[in-house]
Amino acid sequence: MQFASIHFKQRAAGALANERLQGNLRRFGSGFADKRTAAREAYGADAFEQLREASAAIRDRALSDLDAWLLRFELEATRRGTTVIWAEDADEACARALEICARHGLKKAIKSKSMLSEEAALNAALAAAGVQPIETDLGEYILQLADEPPSHIIAPAIHKDLGEVSELFAKHHGSAPTDDIARMTREARDVLRTHFLSADLGVSGGNFLVAETGSVAIVTNEGNGRMVTTLPRVHVAITGIEKVIATLEDLSTLNRILARSATGQEISNYFSILTGPKRADDTEGPEHNYVILVDNGRTRFIGGELREMLRCIRCGACMNHCPVYQTVGGHSYGWVYPGPMGSVLTPVFQGLENALDLPQAATLCGACHVACPVKIPLPELLRTLREMQLERRLRPWGERAAFAAWAFTATRPRLYAWMTRVAARVLKGMGGRKGRIARLPLAGHGWTLGRDFPAPEGRTFRELYRAGVRRKA
Amino acid sequence: MPALRVGLFVTCLVDLIRPRIGFAALELLEAAGCEVVVPPTQTCCGQPGWNSGDRASARSLAERVIAEFEGFDYVVAPSGSCTGMIKRHYLKVFAGEGAWLARAEALAAKTFELTDFLASVIGLERVPGRYSGSITYHDSCAGLRELGIREQPRALLAKMPGVHLIEMKDAETCCGFGGTFSIKFGDISAAMAQTKCERIRASGAQAVVLGDLGCMLNIEGRLRRSGDETTRVLHVAEVLTAGT
Repeated sequence: MQFASIHFKQRAAGALANERLQGNLRRFGSGFADKRTAAREAYGADAFEQLREASAAIRDRALSDLDAWLLRFELEATRRGTTVIWAEDADEACARALEICARHGLKKAIKSKSMLSEEAALNAALAAAGVQPIETDLGEYILQLADEPPSHIIAPAIHKDLGEVSELFAKHHGSAPTDDIARMTREARDVLRTHFLSADLGVSGGNFLVAETGSVAIVTNEGNGRMVTTLPRVHVAITGIEKVIATLEDLSTLNRILARSATGQEISNYFSILTGPKRADDTEGPEHNYVILVDNGRTRFIGGELREMLRCIRCGACMNHCPVYQTVGGHSYGWVYPGPMGSVLTPVFQGLENALDLPQAATLCGACHVACPVKIPLPELLRTLREMQLERRLRPWGERAAFAAWAFTATRPRLYAWMTRVAARVLKGMGGRKGRIARLPLAGHGWTLGRDFPAPEGRTFRELYRAGVRRKA
Repeated sequence: MPALRVGLFVTCLVDLIRPRIGFAALELLEAAGCEVVVPPTQTCCGQPGWNSGDRASARSLAERVIAEFEGFDYVVAPSGSCTGMIKRHYLKVFAGEGAWLARAEALAAKTFELTDFLASVIGLERVPGRYSGSITYHDSCAGLRELGIREQPRALLAKMPGVHLIEMKDAETCCGFGGTFSIKFGDISAAMAQTKCERIRASGAQAVVLGDLGCMLNIEGRLRRSGDETTRVLHVAEVLTAGT
């Protein structure tokens, strides 16, 4: 998709002004977060916290020896007949996928949800090479019709309402508009069924790569993943290199926390462990099985201050709990990954200077950190990115000057006391009889766009205390 | 037993904007039997710089706070956010530095948010104020998620017979303040404050009570801008000392 993270502010302003989107976001609200809370309670709050600990440890174990586990995965997958392909970046990933298409003469690709394929813009590459890509996850299918990118990593079309989907279906399916959801899903199913049966390539992502068996694990709710990975004669799983874990036992632990954190389900409706192509005695399965392991910037995290980010298992809990995400929606973030996890990934994948607002567009409220199944300290990582921005002089001159002036003043108590006394009086004067300021000058303008600023009482605590006051007036 | 010597960290926002909250905190600590000292040269904990990635300015202020407050038995602040800075983030400011880190750790161990100190450390039996009316409580982010402050203010308020607490929906959701976020992204911040204000009004409470000045200015500012002149916005220390 088009990279537009540099325009976060403008996109967010547009989202705030879009009443229909605001209504849709409000309806989404805390739905997933409430379901996660219920699932956590049902599991037992203490046990759930232990599960988070264990999950973080599993991810750290894999990541601390990432090269070794990836080589083990390649060895085991190859032994079982899978072809493992390495891609350094998005372009290489697309090129390797197209080579597979050319080798087997493939013309139509059915896809289950894959954020990596969004990251690599695989659909555009396939289409340009004459291979028709069809998204089969219902949300992704809706967005393919609308020609829009996903706005959420697990609920891609969450920004759309029933009416919008109904219009899209009527337009593309040539059917009468309806608000009957069952009828609409049946319609989509009819259209997709013909694609399922006529495609020669299935493209999936991979939620986890299991090193000890060379397996790709896929978590879905609609069953389309099963069709994509078993019906066409070629299956390509395309996924990031950080998805590797050591053992099936690890997979079992992570699978307990993934769906609970994402949608509040105990387990997803479908859970597939795919190991190798169809064997002689199998009744179904692809003749050829490929895994494309993509770096595309992931190794930049290794050993650095942001390394915990690689633990991410793409559950979406951070955005489900993020009040900024819920206010501006996923498209404001301007690239594949929205919300807190996106605000850490995007600046590293696309360059700090190309996503200046993302690390700043957070209140550091900590809701994401508390919800994260693998305990990624997202607020701390966002703060670290802010530090990196400052070090690289990527913040505006005025902002840097303001902090320098603040530090200069606040480390000189007498100067500070004098300045705060003046400020308290001036601001009180500006507040007038009602005791509130409707328009602040300079940077304060941002505050008073949508709020008053309650005026100070007029004298500072320290000056009153010094004058002998001990009780509030 | 001699009285505990408590250093009151007033916080820069209370100092500048709402001194009465500082005096309310002072009164509560004295009601708890503490000997309260207000170091006269205190300014700011350094959080604005720290959260903006300015480690150097945060550090210069953190050094001052440590030097000013390390001599007390306890340090108390009427703010979860400033307390979180001292208690949690100073350890990162001085990470890997032997002597300073040890001093930061020692200060962190004895620094408490006001309601946490009164409820958990002192076990205050009687609160001095008298308040009558319905309230709803907004949990400020840093206090809640960095310090685990949720029950402490509610337990203290429950000791006041006239206080009728009505919990609002999403009391634990951020109000949209976020320090410099409120200025850099004023429109998003105000929209988040609007959601919070809708929750407050939907609770039907006459007042929203909270423990941090940032949230207080944000919520009060949005309530008034949207034409609500009646819902009161009070710091928990003001309620606990009301009418004294």
